[in-house]
Amino acid sequence: MSVLVDDDTRVVVQGITGGEGEFHAGQMIEYGTNVVAGAVPGRGGEEVHGVPVYDTVSRAAEAENADASVVLVPPAFAADALFEALDSPVDLVVAITEGIPAQDMARVYKRLGETDTHLIGPNCPGVITPGEAKLGILPGNIFSSGNVGLISRSGTLTYQVVDNLTDRGLGQTTAIGIGGDPIIGTDFVDALSLFEDDPATDAIVMCGEIGGTDEEEAAEYIDANMTTPVAGFIAGRTAPPGKRMGHAGAIVSGSGAGTAESKIEALSEAGVPVGDTPEEVADNVEELL
Amino acid sequence: MRLHEYQAKEVFAEAGLPTPDAELAESTDEVLAAADSIGYPVAVKAQVHVGGRGKAGGIEIADSDDEVREAADSILGMDLKGYTVDRVLVEAAVDFVDELYVGVTMDRGEGKPVAMVSSEGGVNIEEVAEENPEAIAREHVDPAFGMHPYQARRAVYDAGVESDVASDVAGVLSTLYDLWADSDAEDTEVNPVMVTSDREVVCADAVMNIDDDALFRHPDLAEMEEAAAEDDLEAKANEYGFDYVRLEGNVGIIGNGAGLVMTTLDLVDYYGGAPANFLDIGGGAKAERVANALDMVFADENVDSVVFNIFGGITRGDEVAQGINDAIAQFDELPKPIVVRLAGTNAEEGMEILNTDALDVEETLEGAVQRAVEHAGGESQ
Repeated sequence: MSVLVDDDTRVVVQGITGGEGEFHAGQMIEYGTNVVAGAVPGRGGEEVHGVPVYDTVSRAAEAENADASVVLVPPAFAADALFEALDSPVDLVVAITEGIPAQDMARVYKRLGETDTHLIGPNCPGVITPGEAKLGILPGNIFSSGNVGLISRSGTLTYQVVDNLTDRGLGQTTAIGIGGDPIIGTDFVDALSLFEDDPATDAIVMCGEIGGTDEEEAAEYIDANMTTPVAGFIAGRTAPPGKRMGHAGAIVSGSGAGTAESKIEALSEAGVPVGDTPEEVADNVEELL
Repeated sequence: MRLHEYQAKEVFAEAGLPTPDAELAESTDEVLAAADSIGYPVAVKAQVHVGGRGKAGGIEIADSDDEVREAADSILGMDLKGYTVDRVLVEAAVDFVDELYVGVTMDRGEGKPVAMVSSEGGVNIEEVAEENPEAIAREHVDPAFGMHPYQARRAVYDAGVESDVASDVAGVLSTLYDLWADSDAEDTEVNPVMVTSDREVVCADAVMNIDDDALFRHPDLAEMEEAAAEDDLEAKANEYGFDYVRLEGNVGIIGNGAGLVMTTLDLVDYYGGAPANFLDIGGGAKAERVANALDMVFADENVDSVVFNIFGGITRGDEVAQGINDAIAQFDELPKPIVVRLAGTNAEEGMEILNTDALDVEETLEGAVQRAVEHAGGESQ
């Protein structure tokens, strides 16, 4: 079992004729992902990696029965691509694009709330169910199949933690990179509830970071609703207040909200062991299982 | 991108907001001439990207030539929280009876714009938000529709603004929202909006931050960007296009991806060292970018050792290794010890070409960090 994606997920890649789109569509296909179409305006009728390209997402979804989309479109056009995916409609949209203007995302977010679609991202590495399908840019070879669910705001931190897990023989049901932007589709709470409902997931790792209050909200949710145990990690303990650390969301205000401390405290109070190092996170998962 | 007060005021004035007469000046003579043409009293205000200028001595009110000369002499050239003041805004001082706060920003938690009004203006609004949140009236706005006039009115009346100026203040809020939306701002703020004894409303300050990700569609605003007189290293980072933050310690840190770089910083601290910087080379970095990153960290005199932590996804280990080789090839002896950890995409290819004679190589993140901390003379376990 898995959440969001599996062998049957039929994927359309928006932007498949671009440099990133073509490369990562190839990587996804090589991993075994069921990529059934590409969508690029003006490029309908072409083929990329043997996959047919359509002018619109609706046509791609209809002709190929697609139910998920991966958006690898430059930031200036990404919001429009997201609206198009939501309107086609598909059940799952994975937005890899980094640097989408915040006000564009606010409008997309508003529209998202009027649909039943799951949006992952933007500015995320994607979603992977090891051995079945990857939607995004994650390096497939470090993942292994198993019973740990993973949720992370950071791409490379996902890889690091997965590496520590895989090293111990702790495979993953699904790993979800939810993205580091201030406005994202699926957040920790959404992803936690998906894993809670998945009988194959026996433990969950949640990798958060400074900025925002998503981790604090997740802690409340875990305390009130979760039976599957969760292990945590928070990046940015050493970040000085007022400075932005890369991710748009990773900024600590001077007031104490959004700090690593407040997140670690909230999670600890909800019974979530928070590791000091990725290695310790793997230790904690072993103990929870 | 943050606009200076004088730039934001120009934008605000063009949009029809009431702003005081003002002139930019770079010397005491220019300040005197400006005060003369505007008429006393004037406010002399340092134009640097620093909050709390007033408390730090960056804003003075002057009522005569002597006072304005004194203010100009003390403010021009002063160091304000690390920034040298080379320009001031000379502005008609407003005789006010009341100060309000009006602002628009993105509520990240809600994913919606939020318009705010408070009758407690002229003070640190973050403190008000924390200590007395009811003193700020908030209206969330549907970004697809924009702010309705009733929302501006509701915020103003909820904030307890007196009714004879309520409609003017609502007008300020509406205009600020439109500016916010039209210019892809992160925030547009006036603190304080001053109410004069004649019951007029004046925008005595102006804050405007533009979303860097949206600058491509605002070439006119992008042109207003000025190289700030900031830290040399941060200026260099801007030039190279890195996410870089300078810190107090002596272990230089380079990595890919914000979350992983933050984690590397945290581990340096955990193992008893002190990080000198946050430097994210970003995704898909090629050899030249990697070399630039090393150049940056070497340029920091505080750095005693460097840890290079790469977990390739979209970034390729062989490209990174080539960049490191290129960067160190120019030295007979490395100025500072470098510990490299390469994992993920093409890491094996990278390890094959990496010049391991000159570098320390570690397989794990923990190992690399501990080694770098030892090199820097810190503790380790």
